[in-house]
Amino acid sequence: MITELEMGKAESELELGLGLSLGGGTVGKIVKTGGGGGGAWGERGRLLTAKDFPSVGSKRAADSASHAGSSPPRSSQVVGWPPIGSHRMNSLVNNQATKSAREEEEANKKKVKDDETKNVTKNVNEKFQVGFIKVNMDGVAIGRKVDLDAHSSYENLAQTLEDMFFRSSPCTIGLTGQFNKPLRLLDGSSEFVLTYEDKEGDWMLVGDVPWRMFITSVKRLRVMKTSEANGLGI
Amino acid sequence: MDLRLPSKVLEHIFSFVDSNEDRNSVSLVCKSWYETERRTRKKIFVRNCYAVTPEAVARRFPEMRSLTLKGKPHFADYNLVPDGWGGYAWPWIEALAEKSPSLEELRLKRMVVTDECLEKIAASFKEFKALVLTSCEGFSTDGLAAIAVACSNLRELELRECIVEDLGGDWLSYFPETLTSLVSLDFSCLDSAVKLSDLERLVSRSPNLKSLKLNRAVSLEALGSLLRLAPQLVELGTGSFSDKLDQEAVSKLSQAFSELKQLKSLSGLWDVHPEYIPLLYSVCPRLTSLNLSYATVQMPDLVELLSRCSNLQKLWVMDLIEDKGLEAVASSCKELRELRVFPSGAEDLDETNVAMTEQGLVSVSEVCPNLESVLYFCVQFTNEALVTIARNRPNLKCFRLCVMEPFSPDHKTQKPLDEGFKAIVEGCKDLQRLSVSGLLTDKAFQYIGTHGKKIRMLSIAFAGESDLMLHHLLSGCESLNKLEIRDCPFGDTALLENAAKLETMRSLWMSSCFVSFGACKLLSQKMPKLNVEVIDEHPPETRPDSSPVERIYIYRTLAGPRLDMPEFVWTIHKNLEIGVSNLAIE
Repeated sequence: MITELEMGKAESELELGLGLSLGGGTVGKIVKTGGGGGGAWGERGRLLTAKDFPSVGSKRAADSASHAGSSPPRSSQVVGWPPIGSHRMNSLVNNQATKSAREEEEANKKKVKDDETKNVTKNVNEKFQVGFIKVNMDGVAIGRKVDLDAHSSYENLAQTLEDMFFRSSPCTIGLTGQFNKPLRLLDGSSEFVLTYEDKEGDWMLVGDVPWRMFITSVKRLRVMKTSEANGLGI
Repeated sequence: MDLRLPSKVLEHIFSFVDSNEDRNSVSLVCKSWYETERRTRKKIFVRNCYAVTPEAVARRFPEMRSLTLKGKPHFADYNLVPDGWGGYAWPWIEALAEKSPSLEELRLKRMVVTDECLEKIAASFKEFKALVLTSCEGFSTDGLAAIAVACSNLRELELRECIVEDLGGDWLSYFPETLTSLVSLDFSCLDSAVKLSDLERLVSRSPNLKSLKLNRAVSLEALGSLLRLAPQLVELGTGSFSDKLDQEAVSKLSQAFSELKQLKSLSGLWDVHPEYIPLLYSVCPRLTSLNLSYATVQMPDLVELLSRCSNLQKLWVMDLIEDKGLEAVASSCKELRELRVFPSGAEDLDETNVAMTEQGLVSVSEVCPNLESVLYFCVQFTNEALVTIARNRPNLKCFRLCVMEPFSPDHKTQKPLDEGFKAIVEGCKDLQRLSVSGLLTDKAFQYIGTHGKKIRMLSIAFAGESDLMLHHLLSGCESLNKLEIRDCPFGDTALLENAAKLETMRSLWMSSCFVSFGACKLLSQKMPKLNVEVIDEHPPETRPDSSPVERIYIYRTLAGPRLDMPEFVWTIHKNLEIGVSNLAIE
């Protein structure tokens, strides 16, 4: 097995690096996810996403970037990656923009409703459909989706998430098997905390507001490492 | 005894030789065969517009009627080639206008085409019949109008994924009433709406129209009237597939679709509303090609549609189809040859549809015996899946896997995907095109170099560990023609040691790797038949030789240095101190 590149002269008269001080050569291990590594690869641009469209709340781009903080560069932040042609990319962005516009429209309509009813308990009788929202966990490549309509409390939700990410099942990825005891996502005693992004783009700790207020403002969830949850009240 | 055949006889024999590969072989036999062949070749393919000059091509092939030209490297599709790099069509069109006025067909890919170019084409080639532009840019709808108005024998006008300055839909109205020869029209990439009445009139006076691809602005209702005028269509690209149609309109549309007895290919299908999918049911059994890659349709509706497409050979779809859907497709569409699955998520591309994994592709590979071409975007993969796919489908010719998060390991074992790709290259002996992804060490490339003997095009990103990876590829892959690599940690050594290999390839693209400016200079000096282009925002001459450069594009050429380099492209020819006199300039 070749373990070293044999540096001899090539068949032709080509002279290799004997005079010139060539950079590069055999480089050390590449940086994998978790270490950023942006510097090694030169500049990184960012693919256009719906967030770049001024009409669809561009302020969120700056906000979520600052909150995302130390997470590794996601594939959507690298120029030309994934390798999708610009026509297709624009089409995806348009779909996302339309979806976000619709979501915003609905959110605005709902906000008007909320303003009208100061008493939160009155909302008990209103049937508000939230549907599926995305859940990501630090260190796990693939996100999941959870149906908030099927839950009635924070305990409920935490249980589902713990089942999803920490119980061993064929489709659980990433940290399967490492956690055999039940996790307490809500009381701050475990390695992870549950956070959420609200409709204004701010990241908050789950559990601070009444459940019904929570489900009307939650946009997506993130199971974050406690050590990274700075400024969120830990 | 002189056994030479008279050239008239040779000419007659060569008229049966169609493929350019064969014609190239023919031309190498002897001088008289070369002469006879070149005088009879009508279809010319120049796969790198900078490899040869237009004058040389026109001179060699006086009977040229059809020219296919490619400009920018493939990675330009992903915004890795800065604007202004090159690939200009003008010098070609200018030269051909003078030297090959009988030109009838021009097919350009990834080139910069201006309105002046289109006007020149319209003015210069009296017998012009076909213009096909793929991934081109630089022109506006005014240029299209020029083509429409002047080319009285026009048969094909196709714009595939071009970037066009859209000044409105008037251009279509410039087709004269006397134009009745249209066979194929594709304006799917344009934004503005064309006048429906003009389009209807054009379609109704084109009895030979076989292929019509509309843009998104054409409504579902308008589609109905167009289909009634062209029931002979073989290829259809719809416009937007959602509308507010009443019952009568729906049944009329359904009737129109059922009249399309010759339809084999269907695309477009933007904004598909599930309510209108049943409209397509009548054409499904005859379809051989279906492009649903812009249709945001959920799995159950997709399965319902595809279960009716028993003759389907080519399917492009989004990952909304999920594993379950692909399993269903596999059993319905046993004739499948080509499958492409694109990601549906935009905002967080690495969080795209979680219900589509490696299992979907494994299912298809198990059931479809003719599957030979795959492009698959997904979030996870395993070595086991790759091994299974290779075992199921040793007849694969094109395998492009894009695991979207860079450096993703086998999600079950957390190991690199080396062994999986080993199985692919070992098992699929006829593999010609390969794109790898996921976590890969140098070993993967050792396997590819050892077994990938027929691979002609290879795409690599975020992979490998050292110069060994490049060395394995350049020294092992005998048929390697195009290699494109980005963000891999190799430096100069392998490149320089395998310099001779580069002359046997069409091109090599490397970006965000660790190749130094010094190596580029050395390579340029020693390999005069190559153009070694350093594409860098900051002029490399101002930096030390050891500093890595951003992008390098190397290609063999007979045309010598190109004269249209922008300031951010450096070649050795630019720096006069580095021995221009050593280089052979034709």
